[in-house]
Amino acid sequence: MDDVARLLQLVVNGAASGCIYGLIAFGFVLIYKATEMVNFAQGEIMMLGGFAAYTFIHQFGLNYWVGFGLAIAATAAFGFLLDAVILRRVIGQPQFAVVMLTLGLAFIFRAAAGIVWTYDSVGFNTPFTNKTVNLGGLVLGQDNVSIIIGTLILCLVLYLFFSRTRLGVAMQAASQNQLAAYYMGIPVRRIFSLIWAISAGVSAVAAVLLAPVSLIDVNMGMLGFKAFAAAVLGGFGSIPGAVIGGVIVGVVEQLSGYFLPPGFQDVTSNIVLLGVLILRPQGLFGATIRKRV
Amino acid sequence: MHRPFKTQYEQDLRLFRAPSAKIWYGLLIVILLALPQFAGEFYVGELGGLFIFAIAGVGLMLLTGYTGLVSLGHSAFLGIGAYTEAILLARGWPFAVTLPAAAIVTAAAGIAIGVPTLRMTGLYLAIATLAFGGIISNVLQKWDSVTGGFDGFPVKAPSVLGVVLDGPWAVYYMSLVALVFVILLALNVLRSPLGRAMVAIRDSEVSAQSMGINLAWYKTIVFALSAGITGLAGGLFAHYVRHLAPDAFDVLLSIQLVTIVFVGGLGSLHGAIFGAMFMRLLPQGIAMIRDDLPNWLGRMPGLEPSVFGIILVLCIMFEPMGINGRWQKMKLWFNRFPLHRASASRRQKSYAKSERLR
Repeated sequence: MDDVARLLQLVVNGAASGCIYGLIAFGFVLIYKATEMVNFAQGEIMMLGGFAAYTFIHQFGLNYWVGFGLAIAATAAFGFLLDAVILRRVIGQPQFAVVMLTLGLAFIFRAAAGIVWTYDSVGFNTPFTNKTVNLGGLVLGQDNVSIIIGTLILCLVLYLFFSRTRLGVAMQAASQNQLAAYYMGIPVRRIFSLIWAISAGVSAVAAVLLAPVSLIDVNMGMLGFKAFAAAVLGGFGSIPGAVIGGVIVGVVEQLSGYFLPPGFQDVTSNIVLLGVLILRPQGLFGATIRKRV
Repeated sequence: MHRPFKTQYEQDLRLFRAPSAKIWYGLLIVILLALPQFAGEFYVGELGGLFIFAIAGVGLMLLTGYTGLVSLGHSAFLGIGAYTEAILLARGWPFAVTLPAAAIVTAAAGIAIGVPTLRMTGLYLAIATLAFGGIISNVLQKWDSVTGGFDGFPVKAPSVLGVVLDGPWAVYYMSLVALVFVILLALNVLRSPLGRAMVAIRDSEVSAQSMGINLAWYKTIVFALSAGITGLAGGLFAHYVRHLAPDAFDVLLSIQLVTIVFVGGLGSLHGAIFGAMFMRLLPQGIAMIRDDLPNWLGRMPGLEPSVFGIILVLCIMFEPMGINGRWQKMKLWFNRFPLHRASASRRQKSYAKSERLR
């Protein structure tokens, strides 16, 4: 019984960290589907979102939920500007030039965060810190449960947004066929900037949800590399796939820390990533990749 | 962009573009050979490091600049080369064997990772090599019975014919010889059928395939060659740092290596050298002017990475041909003076080529 409870706890912890990977991967996939750019600075945008929340909640002393909302809004605005000012200008350059550009941006963000918020780890109080919830004898941290529930709510909201609202449908149209969307009177450029804004906002949510579990620091963006495993596992073009892939990576990571000798946990996501790319490059949910000649 | 007009096949096969180039490169070699007589120990050491990164840059340039395959895991090859060199030297193998062995072991590692991943293109290959780099850097840290783990691994000074090659001067000359060798190797590869196949694959995989180029075979060879050259740089890097630390070979080093290629200028060996100069001289340059800057700026902790990032971003936005492209334009400007026309070096307008089939 003890073992089962321990295992269940591990699975929940893994699912919680997996939700974070999934949310970052969500950001990658959203941008990739729309603009065919891969944003290697996604983890760094999450880090900036976390620091924004820290500023609002800890330094300004605002209510947690108000600070949460403001942090999302600030990060989303940042994402919008990032696309409108920088990324839009490199359209037409080879795909990998864009990757290098976002890698350079990641360096700048990390250095800027270090200058503004120093290189120390910081944290802020949340309603979920150090509380537990008892589910039929299974004791779980509220922090982990809040991550999972928060992710579920966010996914539901985004699903409704993309399927039911005018703007959401316009976004789908723009990412499926730019030219046709443009002819239908959709302002494609502004839509793309808004997609960047949503993706940045989702990263900010991930950072705030992560705050009770881990401290915010400049190198937090390295989580973005683990989120690649989630995105690739889900098929790099499938939004639900990204979140599910994230959960799978998180759970596998926790379980490998329990069953395998120490040292394997750190590379699990990399091994999953390589394994998927070699055995099933289209991922679990992706369609077969065909290339235009 | 200006391109020289070639009228004969021999022109395309020449090692040097013009007879005068031989004189200039010869002069450069003489200066570099004589330099340690005049420069201080610190500068000699730094230049040695620059040569090592230039070797790795040439290795990655063959892969990225000429074949169009991007690797974000080349720090792993640098690490494998460095540890092979150090471990074999510690076991008493002669230096004349260990350095080629470092290159060969790394090339074998390149084939091992290349065979399953080279079916992927573009982005997927970059992500796969990124994962590979992460795994190798973890293996170097955790496999402490062989690599010494976090304590690091001391590198024995090599000796050739009883002469111990120790200190920055030895590293300088070893790296210089290796760099010249690697550049000549790369130049000869590039004018061989292999090099032509590489460029064809870069420009269009489909048309290369329809010309009868075996994609898998050539990609694997190029990957092995690139890994081997990077492993050679790794072997020299072991002597440069003298004490290997496993956490040196991480993602950031891979990103630095790719930056060498991008900032230097894709598709030219000059670019790899320029990129290595940028990568190694930038921190030194910042350290030098740091004291003259106003205090708030000079003491700023993130100054170096932010300058690095800003230059990378500006380079991709405004000069995709890199330092080498800028250099070519400057040369053209002086050649044509005073009849230069801005349109001669205007970039061709390009459009995003969708990779989706619809």
